[in-house]
Amino acid sequence: MTINDLQDEIIEEFSMFDDWMDKYALLIDLGNTLEPLDTQYKAPQNIIEGCQSRVWLHAELIDGNVVYYGESDAVLVKGIVSLLIKVLSNHTPDEIINTDLFFIEQIGLREHLSPTRSNGLLAMVKQMKMFALAYKAKA
Amino acid sequence: MTDLQLQNIRTEFPILKETVYKKDLIYFDNGATTQKPQCVIDRISWGYEHMNANIHRGVHYLSQMATEAHEDARTYVANFLGAAKREEIIFTRGTTEAINLIAFSFGEAFCNEGDEIVVSVMEHHSNIVPWQMLCERKKLKLKVIPINDNGELDLEVFKSLLNENTKLVAIAHVSNVLGTINPISDIISISHKQNIPVLVDGAQAVAHIKVDVQTMDADFYVFSGHKIYGPTGIGALYGKEKWLNQLPPYQGGGEMIATVSFENTTYNELPYKFEAGTPDYIGSTALAEALKYIDKLGIENIANYEHELLAYCTERLSEIEDVRIIGNAKEKSAVVSFLIGQIHPYDIGMLLDKLGIAVRTGHHCAQPLIDSLCISGTVRASFGMYNTKAEIDIFIAALKKVVTMLS
Repeated sequence: MTINDLQDEIIEEFSMFDDWMDKYALLIDLGNTLEPLDTQYKAPQNIIEGCQSRVWLHAELIDGNVVYYGESDAVLVKGIVSLLIKVLSNHTPDEIINTDLFFIEQIGLREHLSPTRSNGLLAMVKQMKMFALAYKAKA
Repeated sequence: MTDLQLQNIRTEFPILKETVYKKDLIYFDNGATTQKPQCVIDRISWGYEHMNANIHRGVHYLSQMATEAHEDARTYVANFLGAAKREEIIFTRGTTEAINLIAFSFGEAFCNEGDEIVVSVMEHHSNIVPWQMLCERKKLKLKVIPINDNGELDLEVFKSLLNENTKLVAIAHVSNVLGTINPISDIISISHKQNIPVLVDGAQAVAHIKVDVQTMDADFYVFSGHKIYGPTGIGALYGKEKWLNQLPPYQGGGEMIATVSFENTTYNELPYKFEAGTPDYIGSTALAEALKYIDKLGIENIANYEHELLAYCTERLSEIEDVRIIGNAKEKSAVVSFLIGQIHPYDIGMLLDKLGIAVRTGHHCAQPLIDSLCISGTVRASFGMYNTKAEIDIFIAALKKVVTMLS
């Protein structure tokens, strides 16, 4: 599936809920089921420091595709990390660099990415693209 | 405060009628900023509609009027804080600017390499960073008073930190995270025995407890208007005349001068020496309006009522399993910081927000304190005079729901 197909899928999944708490329950569920990041990658150099919560991010290039691994100390943030990984992981650096992450706005989570929210997520999206750029440069 | 008084107060704060996510707003973030009563909002509009002219320089009617209103506001602030003279009140943009002013001007006048400044571990960044900058500029040392497990200052260690190199003690009146009301009079009398002046950061105190700078004998006392139901961008520095007269100006420009020539500029007298540029006369007059509002209700009444809210919230929080209150000082203002089990404060805050409840989460701009407690942050509910026990009931019910979702 393309990045946009994956985004559409998430939008559809979230559109089933009118109530904020139901949307957040799904996000919590996603956060709780995100595979924990291997402890060797929970290192200071992988930390994306936010004012409110911390995010760890690690990426590898496997068969020409970028694969992301991530975690956060806050479960809601972890839920969003899980969505970002679902959307961006297993795509080529070019696909990732050129993508527009419209799903965040559409499912009503844009506030989590506002610079003032300072939860490390905006920095995480930037870092994910940086990884892709770095792999592209190496190629 | 009676139920009727409370109902009246609530109708005077228009924002309390707002809904967020279709829920009635419950505003428990008063430690960050307070909401404004209609009289303050009206005073700002009225100022621009009827009184707007630059002050102190104009010969015309409006300028005179604005000047008088600004100076009346100064007198009101002086009386509110119990200052001996109105000239001891300097208007600033807020607490942060006031502390920066003293850190700069006091540092210039009195500090040299090897000298020491004493702060406490519970300070807001605004009462740490300006001193660190002074330390860097003048090669001073910053000494830090620790706290005990209840979140109270360790006065024995404090005494041991003072010596002939100590130039100033800068301390919060009330902690923005722990709610601890520090024994300011004791701290000041201990410091004064060694002729060390004390700056008190009153940001979290003025709206909640009675402040009298002469009784406590503070050398400097600073606060922000927006934390006491007044506008943003205005605050005040109280300084004893004998100190302020010895300090050089902080910023140069209009208003703060007596005469200017390219050979020599002389500075104005107090308080104008420290008020460079066009003062915020709209802000100062609206701040005075907020203080009048407090005086009308009586700060003791407000303090007693908020204490009831604090006790009620603390008691009801204990119903929640694994709740841990951060800050259990005997003398405490209406601030409750807490953690629940292993749940991240951000998760609690985000979900409470969706239920219409505004709290603050994180390190509350007091990272050294949070680090010293070995936690990543807290959830903080901080109350104002318009909050109610009914709101606390909704808050507790919401919290129980949130905990179920996150567990």
